[in-house]
Amino acid sequence: MIRLNINGQDRDVDVPGDMPLLWVLRDELNLTGTKFGCGIAQCGACTVHMDGTPIRACQTPAESAAGTKITTIEGVSGTVAQAVQAAWQKLDVVQCGYCQSGQIMSAVALLTDNRNPTDDDIDAAMDGNVCRCATYPRIRAAIKDAAKAMGA
Amino acid sequence: MLNQLIKQAAADVAAPSRRGFLKGAGGALVLGAMLPRTGFASEAAAPKVVGPADPRPQAFIRIAADDTVTVLVKHLDKGQGIMTGLTTIVAEELDADWAQMRGAFAPADGALYANHFFGIQGTGGSTAVANSWDELRMAGAAARAMLVATAAARWSVPASPVTVEQGVVRHAASNRSARFGELAEDAAKLPVPQNVALKDAKDYKLIGNPSLHRLDHVSKTDGTAIFAMDIRRPGQVTAVLARSPRFGGTVKSVDAAAAKQVPGVLEVLTLPMGVAVVARNTWAAMKGREALTVEWDDAKAEMRGTEEMLADYRKLADQPGNVATDTGDAAKALAGAAKVVEAEFVFPYLAHAPMEPLNATVELTPDGGCTIWAGSQFQGVEQKVAAGILGCKPEQVVINTVWAGGSFGRRATPDADYIAEAVTIAKAYGGKAPVHLVWTREDDIRGGRYRPLFLHKVKAGLDASGTLVAWRQSIVGQSFMIGTLFEGFMVKNGVDATSVEGSSDMAYTVPNLHVDLHSPPSPVTTLWWRSVGHTHTAYAKEVMIDELAAAAGKDPVAFRLEMLKDHPRLQGVLKLAAEKAGWGQPLPKGKGRGIAVHESFSSFVAHVAEVSVDEQGRVTIDRVVCAVDCGQVVNPNIVEAQVSGGTGWAIGHALRDEITLTGGLVDQSNFDAYQPLRNSEMPPIEVHILPSTARPTGVGEPGVPTAAPAVANAVFAATGKRLHHLPFTRSGMV
Repeated sequence: MIRLNINGQDRDVDVPGDMPLLWVLRDELNLTGTKFGCGIAQCGACTVHMDGTPIRACQTPAESAAGTKITTIEGVSGTVAQAVQAAWQKLDVVQCGYCQSGQIMSAVALLTDNRNPTDDDIDAAMDGNVCRCATYPRIRAAIKDAAKAMGA
Repeated sequence: MLNQLIKQAAADVAAPSRRGFLKGAGGALVLGAMLPRTGFASEAAAPKVVGPADPRPQAFIRIAADDTVTVLVKHLDKGQGIMTGLTTIVAEELDADWAQMRGAFAPADGALYANHFFGIQGTGGSTAVANSWDELRMAGAAARAMLVATAAARWSVPASPVTVEQGVVRHAASNRSARFGELAEDAAKLPVPQNVALKDAKDYKLIGNPSLHRLDHVSKTDGTAIFAMDIRRPGQVTAVLARSPRFGGTVKSVDAAAAKQVPGVLEVLTLPMGVAVVARNTWAAMKGREALTVEWDDAKAEMRGTEEMLADYRKLADQPGNVATDTGDAAKALAGAAKVVEAEFVFPYLAHAPMEPLNATVELTPDGGCTIWAGSQFQGVEQKVAAGILGCKPEQVVINTVWAGGSFGRRATPDADYIAEAVTIAKAYGGKAPVHLVWTREDDIRGGRYRPLFLHKVKAGLDASGTLVAWRQSIVGQSFMIGTLFEGFMVKNGVDATSVEGSSDMAYTVPNLHVDLHSPPSPVTTLWWRSVGHTHTAYAKEVMIDELAAAAGKDPVAFRLEMLKDHPRLQGVLKLAAEKAGWGQPLPKGKGRGIAVHESFSSFVAHVAEVSVDEQGRVTIDRVVCAVDCGQVVNPNIVEAQVSGGTGWAIGHALRDEITLTGGLVDQSNFDAYQPLRNSEMPPIEVHILPSTARPTGVGEPGVPTAAPAVANAVFAATGKRLHHLPFTRSGMV
């Protein structure tokens, strides 16, 4: 049994220690907002926060998440998250939408650390998140819009 | 492909049918409208009327007591925004308030929801808006008329002064008003009006309105949107399938002992298409599959590598193929040409790799049928295939369509491949539990259904004045239509229309044109891929035309315009893209500008790319300008997104992506080797939309064909180097 803290709640899961956090979230806890895209940390669809830092849940063994605070798209909150989600909605960023939970988690982490990111900062923070629909121009615009809305 | 379908359909338009009927359901207005088809035959984009001409219930609109209006959308939304677009069309004619509109995926029911272009229920070929345009306008207008009639009767006033605005039905003179929800139940009892007026484009409030948000803009940003991958049925189990690593291979022997020892593995099933591992959860299923030992029989498998296949293709290209078009005498005209330009183009296999890997959940039902949850793109095919596997009637196969995490053509297969796998596994598992079949990314990249490997040899001639007089093109590549239910329709005289579209029917004036085709078979599975044949034909055509312009000493835009005299819409986008990009303005050394223009899926697109090439030969795409004419625009924000996204799609693959085989084994397996375009690589892009009130056409695909040739032509302008082999890395570009 592994005790995880997910979105502020302790959850005990009976899984092998090497089961990736991604599958714990999706298959054991029914938190399906975090997506499976590649399984090898190349696409970022599974991005969640571990103690506030964006990580790829597909390459994070469940046992290594014990004792940390995990935040998923279902639980992300606060000023930055609200600003990011509002900007995404205002600019109609999404197309198929499958990658967008991960994109938003990466964007929230970026703007939490850096309220006024440059294009280079955005490239560095967001290049790990693939969008096959290529919604990239609106992702970039939405991050800037969120920064502006927060009064950067 | 669509052009072909439309031409066929236009010649085959059925007699006008009468309007359908409506029926009340739980106090809701459920409106069905079969379209009157009068006038269609004279129009270019006339969908084929499917099924009997007598009235059929065809439900598109539900108005609930709480005032919400739900549009049943018969097309899959895989990101292209069709849920929003089709809902907008209904809302416009209904004079609804956008805030009261909802969308829902229609059930699988070919009698009600067939795509008029295909004859079955399905989404593809950028047809969704064109196919639904009249149908949904009529449905919306009829529903509006019925709400008005209901209100007028209730207030004892004539219908004519009763107005509808933003979801409120009003009689100004008596100062009375009602909401849709108050009228719906009574309205449902009225007969469907036989004649309703449709709005004039100048009166549109919602169609063309840039301020409407997508209906999925919230659910896809808070994690609540449900994709097939997120379906969780009580007791459901997960399956992964071990497939032959070589195309055409079959199972010879299986040792499942170790797999069965993996905690969570429930069963191992040897099936015609591979070995399925059924487990409590996805991780256990994947671990179980890793523990399998399977010996494969390669007797009928593809054992060649892509280089050997290409060598075979080269030999074929020099032999006469099946003639796709033959006008004048290209051989003679080439012999007499003042200048001849020749090129060989190579286009690699490409995977679709939608972000959501293929998956579906299947639950067997007590009547011998099943229920399927999937991002279903070809419901009409999937119902029949599933019924064949289970031995039930197609209508016993219930399909719940959900949001699809991309497709790019991959989810529409003529044999319903992954759905067939899921149903077969669910059947073999004996109905003990609902089965969720999951493909991993490796399964996806190695799983075939690729955009075919193509080789083109093109030879074109100019006369002494620099006018194009002859064009001879030999195309070699697999057909993905031969052997499918579409073969009779799409393959004529041995020519698969999807292999030559964009070449054999090119708009440029060429007095002597010869295009022929070889379709060598291979066990490697292939499929349409966003913009289908145009993915390679437009590239070969637009790069060749650019070379011919250079050989003629003419400006690439002027050269093209000369040859497009009878094509005002192509001229329109070409001129607009050139103007917005500042065509003709000088650029510093090391920079270049390139242009390309093409018609696909009845839409017209031109791209201008501006590139920088540094001393090491590294190419940066500085700017892309695009012009699109897709007729009446339903949602400009979505058109912009689709054309921008199509541009990124095209450029991303052209830069470096290819699926290659060595000894029949696929060399790539995941996004580490098949590298998707990333945020920092997306060039700044401007999309300009030509205003139009012509019938709407599609935008999901037409943004793709011209983007890569525009970049290639810009690289030529900057460096004098031609990029004939894709990806660009194969032509020495870094």
